[in-house]
Amino acid sequence: MPQVSLTVNGTPHTVEVEGRTLLVELLREKLSLTGTHVGCDTSQCGACVVHIDGYSVKSCTMLAMQAEGAMVTTIEGLAAADGTLHPMQEMFREHHALQCGFCTPGMVMSAIDLVNMHPQGMTEDEIRHGLEGNLCRCTGYHNIVKAIDAAQKLMHPMAQAAE
Amino acid sequence: MYDFAFQTPASVSDAVKMLADDTEAKLLAGGQTFIPVLKQRLNKPSVIVDLNGLGLSGITSAPDKITIGGMTTHNAIMSNPDIQKRIPGLAKMASWIGDTQVRHRGTMGGSLANNDPSACYPTAVLAIGATIVTDQRRIPADEYFQGMFTTALAPEEIVTAIEFPIPEKSNYEKFRNPASRYAMVGVFVAKGPAGIRVAITGAAQDGVFRHTAMEQALATNWSADAIKGIVTPADGLNSDIHASAEYRAHLIGVMTRRAVAGA
Repeated sequence: MPQVSLTVNGTPHTVEVEGRTLLVELLREKLSLTGTHVGCDTSQCGACVVHIDGYSVKSCTMLAMQAEGAMVTTIEGLAAADGTLHPMQEMFREHHALQCGFCTPGMVMSAIDLVNMHPQGMTEDEIRHGLEGNLCRCTGYHNIVKAIDAAQKLMHPMAQAAE
Repeated sequence: MYDFAFQTPASVSDAVKMLADDTEAKLLAGGQTFIPVLKQRLNKPSVIVDLNGLGLSGITSAPDKITIGGMTTHNAIMSNPDIQKRIPGLAKMASWIGDTQVRHRGTMGGSLANNDPSACYPTAVLAIGATIVTDQRRIPADEYFQGMFTTALAPEEIVTAIEFPIPEKSNYEKFRNPASRYAMVGVFVAKGPAGIRVAITGAAQDGVFRHTAMEQALATNWSADAIKGIVTPADGLNSDIHASAEYRAHLIGVMTRRAVAGA
């Protein structure tokens, strides 16, 4: 059986997979990292978003073998070892940006990439537009947008100060 | 998904050999269309040959052209300052494909090899008169697109780059399907080395085509008013649950006027 070697949340792994194994299946079924969800399985909902070498991708639409040598970050890898949440997670909690929570891991991972891609800061409209790859059926998005706006101020304090 | 052997070639010629060795082998670029196709069991390759890691991505800007590697992602294209400045219609187009996560993986070469009848890039390639560069030859845009999911590519041929001459003006307008965001009608207008061209996607059963009546009118007078009276026949246009052929024909007029006005 083929093997793939990758680093997930800072830990190196070598895992036996099939050619057809999806990255999300590797994460959930081989590494038991079930925080990454499978919603639609058709690359629309974004519940499966993880970071590959710092960029957000839909792990249901990437083969595990394609992650050879990659640095993968999942929702489990965001908080510090002592349990301190990532600012995005903290702001999701602060602003009640979730209800059922199913979309939340993907939302948080996409949101972090979105903020990273816009060091100059984003308007509310840009945040809403930037979430086009993630679906939420509970919140109406409003509190998610508020949480991301608050988090970008924590993640890029200088950009906000310059405004 | 049916299982397959996953192979990582060391070079483009290595990849070509893998294709030649097995008629059921298929290439994988960004996978944003092909992996969903595999999941639906619409294709059953014995071998997947991964084009990542062959150095086929990257954008170079020369005085007379911009060359985009076949494996360059939509995100890299939309955020490239040279493309934004010199071919703004192309940067805008890339920014409207899929979503951020899809744009981080999906590639121009993959899209062009697939030639989906609703894909955006074929309009830019055809309207600007780009050249498809493969491991074997250079294919002019006019010869490349040959109908729905059909191109001039041979089974063992690999798109390595796309060369765009620099148009004086370019713009893209797209009426997006509200759910899928695919083009119900997409229009690319360009004024440049290949002349004045209007290329349409999403509308016709055979995929991308040039709208010669619009082109002739724009050649006389480059303005939205010049094409106001042009009626597009509905013959050969798609009719589905999203829009009738007549509606798409109407949209072609609206989107072309917007594209010209914004160019």
